[in-house]
Amino acid sequence: MSSVARLLPTPEAHDLLELTSELADKELAPNADDYEARGEFPRELIRTLGRSGLLGLPYSAEYGGAEQPYEVYLQVLEILAGRWVGIAEAVSVHTLACYPLAHHGSTEQRERWLPDLIGGELLGAYCLSEPAGGSDAANLTTRAVREGDDYVVTGTKAWITHAGVADFYNVFCRTGGPGPKGISCLLAPADTPGLNPQAREKTMGLRASPVAQVALDGAVVPAGRLIGAEGEGFRIAMGALDSGRLGIAACAVGLAQGALDYATGYAKERVQFGRPIIEMQGLGFMLADAATEIAAARALMLHAARLRDAGLAYSTEAAKAKLFATDMAMKVCTDMVQVLGGAGYVADHPVERYFREAKVLQIVEGTNQIQRMVIARSL
Amino acid sequence: MKIVVLVKQVPDSGAERNLRADDNSVDRASANNVINEMDEYAIEEALRLQEAHGGEVTVLTMGPDRATESIRKALSMGPDGAVHVLDDALPGTDYLGTSRVLAAAIGTLSPDLVICGAEATDARGQVMAHMLAERLGFAALTGARKLTVEGAQLTVERQTEEGYEVVTAATPAVVSVWDTINEPRYPSFKGIMAAKKKPVDTKSLADLGVSADQVGWGGSATTVLSHSKRPARSAGVKVTDSGEGGVALVDYLSSEKFV
Ligand SMILES: Cc1cc2nc3c(=O)[nH]c(=O)nc-3n(C[C@H](O)[C@H](O)[C@H](O)COP(=O)(O)OP(=O)(O)OC[C@H]3O[C@@H](n4cnc5c(N)ncnc54)[C@H](O)[C@@H]3O)c2cc1C
Ligand SMILES: Cc1cc2nc3c(=O)[nH]c(=O)nc-3n(C[C@H](O)[C@H](O)[C@H](O)COP(=O)(O)OP(=O)(O)OC[C@H]3O[C@@H](n4cnc5c(N)ncnc54)[C@H](O)[C@@H]3O)c2cc1C
Repeated sequence: MSSVARLLPTPEAHDLLELTSELADKELAPNADDYEARGEFPRELIRTLGRSGLLGLPYSAEYGGAEQPYEVYLQVLEILAGRWVGIAEAVSVHTLACYPLAHHGSTEQRERWLPDLIGGELLGAYCLSEPAGGSDAANLTTRAVREGDDYVVTGTKAWITHAGVADFYNVFCRTGGPGPKGISCLLAPADTPGLNPQAREKTMGLRASPVAQVALDGAVVPAGRLIGAEGEGFRIAMGALDSGRLGIAACAVGLAQGALDYATGYAKERVQFGRPIIEMQGLGFMLADAATEIAAARALMLHAARLRDAGLAYSTEAAKAKLFATDMAMKVCTDMVQVLGGAGYVADHPVERYFREAKVLQIVEGTNQIQRMVIARSL
Repeated sequence: MKIVVLVKQVPDSGAERNLRADDNSVDRASANNVINEMDEYAIEEALRLQEAHGGEVTVLTMGPDRATESIRKALSMGPDGAVHVLDDALPGTDYLGTSRVLAAAIGTLSPDLVICGAEATDARGQVMAHMLAERLGFAALTGARKLTVEGAQLTVERQTEEGYEVVTAATPAVVSVWDTINEPRYPSFKGIMAAKKKPVDTKSLADLGVSADQVGWGGSATTVLSHSKRPARSAGVKVTDSGEGGVALVDYLSSEKFV
């Protein structure tokens, strides 16, 4: 992805992207096909990224984070996604899972847990969706009842990325009445009694990344692990998702760029009718459109990130970036399969996998219908 | 334990490399220059020893201005500081001259242990560790695939073609390592930031008490007179299997001493 021209805010951002590219080229690229084909979660590899500081990029240096602006953090995700979107998604979900504590935890809670959460050795999960509702999260039904110094949590969370491999789980649950104001956020460690990850879902793509239901069978979580006040959970969840959506946009931009790079290489080599197919205008224009749409998505994503970094409202722009970038990635990955012809339809070439992976980005962290709803409401 | 790690900047062995037409030296100006791969294992080994036994790790490089990049890269992995021997008289220096300069620089640091890569990918001489040990009066433990330290006692598994030899010596010593010895870490982002602030002590030949006529083209005992491109690969031997294919393959392999 060396062809991408980037305007970076600092020399250290340049160094960080260089380190990321080295990790992406040496650790991600050679492993992606194998792990995805086997459906094995690359836990050690993520630890390697963690030890290089990539699991706490946007968070405060006071707690061991790298304190990088979103503008830079997202470009790190993008580079990772260009080599292996499943890993970029893992980093994005982990970063999302650190958000509630980092932004809403008390000083005491942050001092106690945040350095470990962002330190690189641990991995987080974010449990908002439920079988009965992902889009309508305000109506979630998992219940937490205060008993003495604990909350006892009962219910089922669905589609939880890192279920079974995470070290900590953000559990959004109902402590009060119906609607968004009755929801709270608990930060539960993986060994919480009664917190039971279920069998892994058989997913279309991102097969290395475990997704499963998490059953809460009277799970006992100490009350000291309530993040924010009771009833603030929905606001916390939505704030985290505003940032998380930018992470998904970055995954989409990187994935599409990876697909374009691969297809371009192929189109320069593949000869039909006596010429490399890239020289056929019909095909060259398809690649040109893809390159343009990727650049537009990247610019939109970085615009939203820069608003966020400047402390301005960015929620609607994040929704636009997520919507545009993930729809773009789906289209580009479809077209890149087309560029390879029959070869694009088989697992010998990674575009077949990219095509399957692109789809989920239109669904997670608010479906693209929900993004449109958010944008429409802002008009 | 005070450790000096030798780090050489070399042209990337994964890319096309050339010798210069005018003086037969390695073309470094047009190459993508990186840390000699084996030296990353030397750095890793030094850092592991430091983590286990405490002490200090200093990177030592002799090289032109642009070797600074490799020094910073090395420091980002974790060493405490570096010495960069930089002098206009140095280009053209051969192994003997280089070992003279490095030995002088090591002398100013008084280490317990010097660790280096078993070879550099540009010249592949495999002699530097021996030359340095000789000049410094240190023990030479070369070609290590494993190093253990107990107090001042060093034990090395020395890799050979058939297996390994166990060699011991007391510090001070020079140990050269192969890439079988460990798995080097990646730098961390914090390590990269910290490396910018670490001390890099630049030394001239005069600082080290080495005179300019002992180095460079003039001071070298060896000269490369000419060079030519490696001949293009010749076409291989094709065995057509008409029942005797297996035998033909084995004959070929044994004639080439593969089996
Ligand atoms: C691989 C994967 C990983 C995931 N990881 C996580 C995770 O880590 N944590 C987590 O909490 N969740 C996770 N999810 C869940 C994801 O966020 C939900 O799938 C998503 O929010 C949609 O919810 P749903 O599946 O219940 O679909 P539904 O909400 O049932 O939606 C079905 C369809 O109806 C549409 N729809 C719903 N409401 C409206 C509306 N008002 N207007 C128009 N259309 C509407 C949707 O856009 C969608 O097309 C993951 C999902 C997948 C597939
Ligand atoms: C599952 C599957 C089953 C198949 N079954 C059969 C079968 O039973 N029998 C059989 O004979 N074949 C079969 N095929 C082959 C199929 O017909 C070819 O894959 C298809 O014709 C494309 O050829 P190609 O794969 O060589 O792609 P290429 O011809 O290399 O095309 C690559 C890309 O270049 C584009 N392109 C090529 N030339 C031009 C041009 N002049 N202008 C603009 N764009 C151009 C193509 O549209 C495509 O996007 C099958 C393929 C698959 C994937």
